[in-house]
Amino acid sequence: MAEMQVHGRVFRYGKDVNTDLIIPARYLNIIDVKEQATHTMEDLDPEFPRKVRPGDIVVAEENYGCGSSREEAPLMLKTCGVSAVVAKSFARIFFRNAINIGLPVFESAAAVDAAQAGDELEIDTASGLIRNLTKGQTYQAAPLPEFIQGIIRAGGLVEYVRARVGAK
Amino acid sequence: MPRTITEKILAAHAGRDAVKPGDIITVKVDLVLVNDITGLIADREFRKMGVTKVFDPTKIAIVLDHFVPAKDMASAEQSRISRRFAQEFGIVNFYDVGRAGIEHALLPEQGLVAPGELIIGADSHTVTYGGIGAFSTGVGGTDAAAAMALGETWLRVPETLKFVFQGKLGKWITGKDLVLYTIGQIGVEGARYKAMEFTGEAIQDLSVEGRLTMCNMAIEAGGKSGIVPPDEKTLEYVRPRVRREFKVYQSDPDARYEQVFEWDVTGLEPQVSLPHLPSNAVPVSKVGDVKIDQSVIGSCTNGRIEDLRVAAAILKGQRVHPDVRLIVIPATQDVYKQAMHEGLFDVFVDAGGAVSAPTCGPCLGGYMGILAAGERAISTTNRNFVGRMGDRSSEVYLASPAVAAASAIAGRIVGPEEVL
Repeated sequence: MAEMQVHGRVFRYGKDVNTDLIIPARYLNIIDVKEQATHTMEDLDPEFPRKVRPGDIVVAEENYGCGSSREEAPLMLKTCGVSAVVAKSFARIFFRNAINIGLPVFESAAAVDAAQAGDELEIDTASGLIRNLTKGQTYQAAPLPEFIQGIIRAGGLVEYVRARVGAK
Repeated sequence: MPRTITEKILAAHAGRDAVKPGDIITVKVDLVLVNDITGLIADREFRKMGVTKVFDPTKIAIVLDHFVPAKDMASAEQSRISRRFAQEFGIVNFYDVGRAGIEHALLPEQGLVAPGELIIGADSHTVTYGGIGAFSTGVGGTDAAAAMALGETWLRVPETLKFVFQGKLGKWITGKDLVLYTIGQIGVEGARYKAMEFTGEAIQDLSVEGRLTMCNMAIEAGGKSGIVPPDEKTLEYVRPRVRREFKVYQSDPDARYEQVFEWDVTGLEPQVSLPHLPSNAVPVSKVGDVKIDQSVIGSCTNGRIEDLRVAAAILKGQRVHPDVRLIVIPATQDVYKQAMHEGLFDVFVDAGGAVSAPTCGPCLGGYMGILAAGERAISTTNRNFVGRMGDRSSEVYLASPAVAAASAIAGRIVGPEEVL
């Protein structure tokens, strides 16, 4: 990943935030990604698209991104400028999609429990060290398997495949 | 070392003697699936991958089903992108309007998936094919594109949860009731990252269609896959459809499971999942007085011929409640034709129901039955999330075709016994 450190304000959500809440299916036929992203999270938090600023971090409880396989879910967050998602756990397709498109995701129950909306977080994306600057606390996210780190180091799945097939 | 059916299929596709839960493996795929929605991202990302052709044009399926027949101009454009991709890369298994249907009903029906095969699809309900003893799982569009380029993908070998359903099923109890009950017991992340293996007397008694319904909703418990080990019924279903060799795997009797759930389902009532999670499953008698505005019978979960027959058996000679819109959607062209020939459409139309061409439409709030603010639907689909079928203040109750049909007549959520 290009940026080793991300920094932003916390948007705090509960458990089982599904991908229909992150981007409702009724917007999945919008081909322009920026236009599509103006609907991010609108059924859960109608203010989100207006309030989110580049760098901001989504923090949620268990099973973030459950439901549909839509890759638009992490893609919309990234397009809105969200720099990372920290959750107690992720649904598996969301997790995979986030890695593939280069949206950093971290699992840390302690960091989630302590974080409140508006807190300032700083995350070292390579080491998974999460600093809550507002609370003055530091947390270590669960390490990612080596194979997944390889996809991240390549710059996402597209770059990983390009390297595999020897594309210039 | 004893292994589960899932571990055996994964090992075979990884070219290894054995794999164990937690291993990250690279596997060959027998089929890669995308639809009109996910085909958009797959097309875009595939073109960035530096390849000029797909790994095997016979091992990719493109099924236009979500927003087709095109619901608006944006959807028309979206379908056109997948159509162009299919043409450009010579995709053999390309299914368009009039020759298609809902992907997860279509692929088993047309023999594009077989026991022991490994399928990935850019749609979360790709888990359906476990119903015939395949390993199948959902991924995003970029993952599907990568598999189209490479013919392989990476997977973490899941732990397996075993579900043993003992006892005899009641008259109106179907795979849908069993899977809603299961999700109700373990929760929407009860099987997160795991394989769900469904076994026991009640599963043996289920039709293959009922097993497909069960595996279809494994994702609603967070599952990576669902599977029913193949038996004679599976082979009877598969043999006339699949024109290639396939291998049947079984779990070893002493295979290791992370957890085993054993339930006696004798006397189980029809299940209804209340808004807004599939895990809010309750027996239909405990739902209370819930009036409905719409009843939807269809989807990749419950749009097969058996589902329509059950609904028709209840609706025959009855009238849909004046305050209710009944929408019936056969899942594929073959189901459509069969239902038509069996006279099921007469039953639905005479009762005051609408019959549509195959589409995912209302299930995901696309079209063909969107809910207004505050409206309520009973639906045979798979998700009842906030805003899933329309306005964010609308509500979806999940149930079997029998309950959806009975409720359409009663105007409120009831079991079939109440209207017969």
